[in-house]
Amino acid sequence: MDINLKNNTSKQLLWIGMAGISMFFAGLTSAVIVRSAEHGWDSIVMPEWFWYSTAAIIMSSIFLIIAKMQVRKGISPTPYIVSSLILGLLFSYFQIMGWNQLTSEGRYFVGPGSNPASSFLYVITFAHLMHVLGGIISLLVTTIKSVQVKYTKENYLGIELTSIYWHFLDVLWVYLFIFLLVSLK
Amino acid sequence: MSDHHNETFISKYIFSIDHKMIAKQFLITGMFMGIIGMLMSILFRLQLSNPGESFAVLEWFLGDKWAPGGILDPNMYLSLVTMHGTILVFWVLTAGLTGTFANFLIPLQIGARDMASGFINMLSYWFFFAATVVLLISLFVETGPASAGWTVYPPLSALPQAIPGSGLGQDLWLVAMTLFIVSSLLGGLNYIVTILNLRTKGMSMSRLPLTMWALLIVAILGVLSFPVLLSAALLLIFDRSFGTSFYLSDIVIGGEALHHTGGSPILFEHLFWFLGHPEVYIILLPALGIVSEIISVNSRKPIFGYKAMVISLIAIAFLSFIVWGHHMFITGMDPFLGSVFTFTTLLIAIPSAVKVFNYLATLWKASIRFTPAMLFAIGFVSTFITGGLTGLILGDSALDINVHDTYFVVGHFHIVMGLSAIYGMFAGVYHWFPKMYGRMMNKKLGYIHFWVTFISAYGVFFPMHFLGLAGLPRRYYTNSAFPIFDGLSDINEIITSFAILGGLVQLLFVFNFFYSIFKGTRATQNPWEANTLEWTSPVERMHGNWPGEIPSVHRWPYDYSKPGAEKDFIPQTEPLKEGETEH
Repeated sequence: MDINLKNNTSKQLLWIGMAGISMFFAGLTSAVIVRSAEHGWDSIVMPEWFWYSTAAIIMSSIFLIIAKMQVRKGISPTPYIVSSLILGLLFSYFQIMGWNQLTSEGRYFVGPGSNPASSFLYVITFAHLMHVLGGIISLLVTTIKSVQVKYTKENYLGIELTSIYWHFLDVLWVYLFIFLLVSLK
Repeated sequence: MSDHHNETFISKYIFSIDHKMIAKQFLITGMFMGIIGMLMSILFRLQLSNPGESFAVLEWFLGDKWAPGGILDPNMYLSLVTMHGTILVFWVLTAGLTGTFANFLIPLQIGARDMASGFINMLSYWFFFAATVVLLISLFVETGPASAGWTVYPPLSALPQAIPGSGLGQDLWLVAMTLFIVSSLLGGLNYIVTILNLRTKGMSMSRLPLTMWALLIVAILGVLSFPVLLSAALLLIFDRSFGTSFYLSDIVIGGEALHHTGGSPILFEHLFWFLGHPEVYIILLPALGIVSEIISVNSRKPIFGYKAMVISLIAIAFLSFIVWGHHMFITGMDPFLGSVFTFTTLLIAIPSAVKVFNYLATLWKASIRFTPAMLFAIGFVSTFITGGLTGLILGDSALDINVHDTYFVVGHFHIVMGLSAIYGMFAGVYHWFPKMYGRMMNKKLGYIHFWVTFISAYGVFFPMHFLGLAGLPRRYYTNSAFPIFDGLSDINEIITSFAILGGLVQLLFVFNFFYSIFKGTRATQNPWEANTLEWTSPVERMHGNWPGEIPSVHRWPYDYSKPGAEKDFIPQTEPLKEGETEH
């Protein structure tokens, strides 16, 4: 398969895969809409840690944009990819801290003190974090390849694919965060 | 350059990355599951026609535990109904049909060496295989397989203590379904990317065979709808195993109130049917594509209204996402919302009617070659019309309410979805068997298979409409508990007799299939005198599909009986003659 075809095919595979992931979250968030319209829906204040994680993932995306610009100019993108990876890990840490804050406030996933609203909050953020783990593995591989100088300004498909997926996770989180802020109000 | 290379037994037959071998793996697994699913239906039909009577065959298959004294246990009845639906809908008509023909035909008909990713393709089959193993294991657990229906509605499916089938069997069902969804998504990604990127020179989208259009749209439907089912299943797993209350509220079992509060079982129905209805078309569209191709080839005429056929496929696919509420008319839905779903549902009649009209127009005054494949294709048109007409009744909320959850519904969907899709699958197997195995299937056995199947299938499902109109509810273990239904027992006996006859004749097909693989007459390169690219590849299987260069395409695939042409078919690889216009 020639290189242009391989690039196009790989990107399309990713885009279609992301469309599928979007539908998964569309299913979950539409379930929230249906359920919140009925009685017994609780309001929840979003943990402040989630604000920090939002900032972390946005910053992380920005570093990846810079990394792509650098590799296009023929400059090593490694520092920016590493920064993005660290911010991705921070995002995960902040999410876990957010859950800690929720439990300390008596908002549980299950059992006494739980409510469909809090259960949904955990499920949606957990499902997103599982996808972020995939992104972190991808960032890790990209970092190793970048350190090994495998990317050139002609061939940086790995960085492009990781960036597309990571930006998708970023936009997805911003959507979920705003959605949860509004629907759990 | 071809990709043919030395293969070991394992790389050729087991962990193959050759799309043709993967297609055969899907087909044979699908056939195996089809036989199991069909056998289950015969077992529970015995109970429905002769309630409470002893049958040695029940005890032989199910043992003393599930058929003591040869009488079917009520819990096992529910399990058989559930597993029959699950196996036929997902394992046979989704993976068996699309997995077979998408894998087999896409690279061959678009002119590619293989799928975009052979590895992902192989993974797709092995996830399906793992799903199959898990589902089959669930048949042997102590509490029996899942029994909440193929739609696995909560609360029955969400409470392990509800009935025996809600226990481990339901857990295994969910695991199997998760693996199945992963398999479908991996397959779907590959199909889309392959069709969009790997078409040979000259194979524009407007020259794609209708099978390719159908399989492309099916893959898109699958990628967009299966993840929603996954989200529904995820919440169900949390309710079952972690104690959340997404679908459960205010439930008392054996006098004990459960802790679940605030959930809604209707929520599951919304999520399930958001997949569930597109799933109907995931099953049906490949058959529509296959039938379009076979009808054109065997009518020796271009398919009537190629563009209309493509547009109607797209319209059906789009509409399938906005009609799920018609499965839920009696859930207390706002009547206005019900009327909206009625409207969107009835809209589907338009593209469906376009397709039927075009099939009939293609057949009109044609020099039809009545091959077994063609008979099944025409059988498809018949069931698509018959089942479609009763769809108009069920799509209308005011009428649906009267027959909801009765045998009318069972008759409708078995004809329009089950029979149509299985006829499409049979048609496809008879038609492409020479390409798959280099040999021909026996025609006479094919004719017997078609006519007995056709007659017995109508014999099973047509009378069900009358049972439904008489009010007979579906899913019930016995119809004899209510005197009002006593008069219907004869019809039930007739249905079961036809079911047994129809089941037996499928063994003839299985025999023909395997016998022909080894002993069938050797096929010529283009036995049906068809135009599409697959018939230009060598009879002997090779990885890479064509020795040397992949052929280029110069015309659409439906140049049959073209005025001025020497023969009544012109393969897509033949360049346009001077002054010749493309269709």
